[in-house]
Amino acid sequence: MIVSTLTIVLVILLIWSVYYGRNIVRTEKTDAVFGNPSRALRGWHWVIAGATSIMLLWFYFSWDIARAFIPTSGNELCQVAKLNRAVNPIRANFPLDNRLLRGTLLLQRDKEQIQLLQQQLDKMNFAPDESPELRSIIKAMDGVLTAQTDPAKIDPQIVAQFDNIAMRISYLVDQMSVPNYPGKPDFTEQAQAMKQSDWGAGTIELPVLPMTDRGRKFAAASLVMHQIAKDYMAIRNNGATITKQLAEIRTRYQNFVVRPVEDAAIMAQHKRFIRQIDKIYKRIDDGKIFPPGLTQAVEAALIRLDQEQHRQQGTLFYIDALIMPGGTIMAGNSACSEQGAGRWLPKPSDTFKTFLRLADPAVGYKGTPLLWYEMRPVAEIVAWVIPDWLPELMPGEYPRHNSQGIIVNNIKSKTYNFATGNYNSLSVPFPIGHIWDSVVRVLAGLLLGIIFGVPLGLFMGLSRFAKGYFDPLIELYRPVPPLAWAPLVLTIFGIHDDGKIFLLFMVAFAIMVISARTGATGTQLSKVHAAHSLGASNWQILRQVILPNSLPEILTGIRIAIGVCWGTLVAAEMLAGTTGIGFIENVARKQSDYEIIWVTIILLGVLGLLFDLIMRWVIARAIPWRGKG
Amino acid sequence: MSHLVADKLNMRFTTPAGATVHALQDISFTLSKGELLSVLGPSGCGKTTLLNIIAGFLRPTSGRLQLDENEINGPGVDRGMVFQQGALFEWLTVAENVNFGLRMKKFPPVQTAKKVTEWLEIVGLQGFGDTPTYQLSGGMQQRIALARCLINDPDLILMDEPLGALDALTREKMQSLILKIWQETGKTIMIITHSVEEALLLGERLFVMAPRPGRLHHQYRLPFAAQGISRDLREIKNTPDFTSTREEILSMIWNMEAEIMGKANMA
Ligand SMILES: Nc1ncnc2c1ncn2[C@@H]1O[C@H](COP(=O)(O)OP(=O)(O)OP(=O)(O)O)[C@@H](O)[C@H]1O
Ligand SMILES: [Mg+2]
Repeated sequence: MIVSTLTIVLVILLIWSVYYGRNIVRTEKTDAVFGNPSRALRGWHWVIAGATSIMLLWFYFSWDIARAFIPTSGNELCQVAKLNRAVNPIRANFPLDNRLLRGTLLLQRDKEQIQLLQQQLDKMNFAPDESPELRSIIKAMDGVLTAQTDPAKIDPQIVAQFDNIAMRISYLVDQMSVPNYPGKPDFTEQAQAMKQSDWGAGTIELPVLPMTDRGRKFAAASLVMHQIAKDYMAIRNNGATITKQLAEIRTRYQNFVVRPVEDAAIMAQHKRFIRQIDKIYKRIDDGKIFPPGLTQAVEAALIRLDQEQHRQQGTLFYIDALIMPGGTIMAGNSACSEQGAGRWLPKPSDTFKTFLRLADPAVGYKGTPLLWYEMRPVAEIVAWVIPDWLPELMPGEYPRHNSQGIIVNNIKSKTYNFATGNYNSLSVPFPIGHIWDSVVRVLAGLLLGIIFGVPLGLFMGLSRFAKGYFDPLIELYRPVPPLAWAPLVLTIFGIHDDGKIFLLFMVAFAIMVISARTGATGTQLSKVHAAHSLGASNWQILRQVILPNSLPEILTGIRIAIGVCWGTLVAAEMLAGTTGIGFIENVARKQSDYEIIWVTIILLGVLGLLFDLIMRWVIARAIPWRGKG
Repeated sequence: MSHLVADKLNMRFTTPAGATVHALQDISFTLSKGELLSVLGPSGCGKTTLLNIIAGFLRPTSGRLQLDENEINGPGVDRGMVFQQGALFEWLTVAENVNFGLRMKKFPPVQTAKKVTEWLEIVGLQGFGDTPTYQLSGGMQQRIALARCLINDPDLILMDEPLGALDALTREKMQSLILKIWQETGKTIMIITHSVEEALLLGERLFVMAPRPGRLHHQYRLPFAAQGISRDLREIKNTPDFTSTREEILSMIWNMEAEIMGKANMA
């Protein structure tokens, strides 16, 4: 209900935004020429058009639209799939889906093998009296093959079996065309079918028992067809004469005793040759090759079944082709499942449900909520920020207990307690969870990168020494993909936050250095001159002229760095760790849980977009003069 | 008593390709306090180079340069500079640009604000204090650059084609403004220009420079700047005196160009 409403709303929005955009283009045509960049300004309605297009494509390709608008179609197509599955063993024998009739294929293969045996025999050095015997056995097998394809030699009983199969299929086709086949459903059957959970609602993907009349027709036909197929598979071309011939051949090669030869290798070769004869004998004994005309009635019946099935499917055929793109529903032994796009592209509604489930702080993922809060003492939060080595900078030594067993705290131990949060304080809510962890890592790495990278970059832009001295360092480590550093960095700094933050710091640092350096290098000389003759000191010039002048490059650098850090972080979290969005995706990947994978992908996308929007806003605020100086 | 003394200034640049450009050759002159000097010359004759040397942005290859008996070695507050394109700090507002020098000196804020208002009034931009500079027109920006320089009260004001990018009307207004400031403050001013008319109007003295190597070609003493204080500039331009001087200088520059072209052809 929600999905269908949403789909309709999306379609209306899409049409409206395109229409609105077209109208604006029409009115603007007179005053905006091609090539004028201001033509790309504004246009939020195209954002709506783009977003709705993506959403609609997602709804469509994940078959959410099919499920929302025609909820029974899944169950009905499951029944169709059942019939397909039942008829498949017979179909596979005919050139309906394959190129060759199965008998032709087998005959071709067996003949080739017999020919090969004959050629081999010429090259083997059996004794002069052995060779003719073997040659005659092989020739006899060839004779059986010829007999199997000869209509005159076929056992009439086998012909009757084929007639029976063709007749039963025809009968089934006739039955299917009767409108109320297979009759009224019996009560318990119907109750059971109605009790099943809907498509995608329960633990089973699709309800497997037929819920509609059309479905029941296919389900019933599939049961009948299943039996027919079983009987068909049992037919073998082993009439009395052929059986006799085969038995003779068998006794002949089994009685054939390989005469001992001195050379063990040749002896083994000879034995292997006999085993090969046995192998081909068994294939011919299978009796799956029949005279050419014999299977024609069955083939015709199958074609009739095909046509009838197509007719009975009616709209289902078009539903499958049109609104279940990139795959179809297939039946297994006891269940039906979506195959193709419907499988690996989870439906938006299911994804949203999965997201809601994960977002519930009581559930979360692997014991950690996505994003929630926890009451934490202020002391602990302060201690989190303050470095643990701070007390070591304090004068004196840690206190020792005296003879009364009393410990008097001094400045050093007090600082230690402060730095470790070891005192009573108020509790305040503090964010926790996978998302928070990922975001904190990115922001920490980025912040460190800015703090160290921007000053160094400016310095490198202004000083020949700094440029020359630090360039090799940065240019040597920067081109290495961050993930290539990950194993090393994670080993040195640990798989927890430290390692990841350092990795992100490396990423952000190089980007910030380069952008700050570009900014500093691009400062207009006349501005620096102006500042000099206005009496600014070197530090004032750096602070008041170079830094603001480099701000556009620095902010662009931050914007790029956030994106790269985000990508690197997720990959690093996949490598190691127990929290973070990348961690979730990695576990879900191992379990092939496509819905959770999609949830993480969308989360990553939305958070990345959020970062970028914030940066765009900051850039618009901080450097309104950009491009106008 | 001379204020600015230049003695045999030479400037040679070495290009990255290794060639040497003799930009200035044996430039010697003196300027008295309160003089208004305009410098004229074909493109590439070293006008900007000379100004940059006086401002302290460049060191001459040889020669001496003194301001009030002090050797010039590096930029300083005693010399204010107005650039061709303003060179305003576009991340600051008009007021912040104007008071930049005072802020660098840590001048008391209240007095700074008063001075800024004064100067904005002088250049005719009262009420624009909080406007970002990138929102202003070229003429307005140039007036801010002027105010930014003058609020610092420099002894010597250097202007490198300050009016080059302005339209005729704004240009004339700015010329009057410069003359007014010159008269009211009694500053020593050195203006580089490409326009012969402007050079005549804005120069008590006029240097015409010749290129390759850049040198002083001719010096004039002119009455028009003094007249411009009391008379309309367009009136002055129409006096026979003015037109004849203009023609004389123009033909001299033409001759100079022809001579250079001839030289180039011979080479
Ligand atoms: N940094 C430099 N390196 C090499 N040559 C330079 C450099 N600066 C200037 N020059 C050369 O010195 C000469 C004088 O240049 P300058 O900029 O002073 O000319 P100008 O008179 O101001 O010209 P314009 O009227 O076009 O502004 C030119 O030939 C120029 O090529
Ligand atoms: Mg110049």
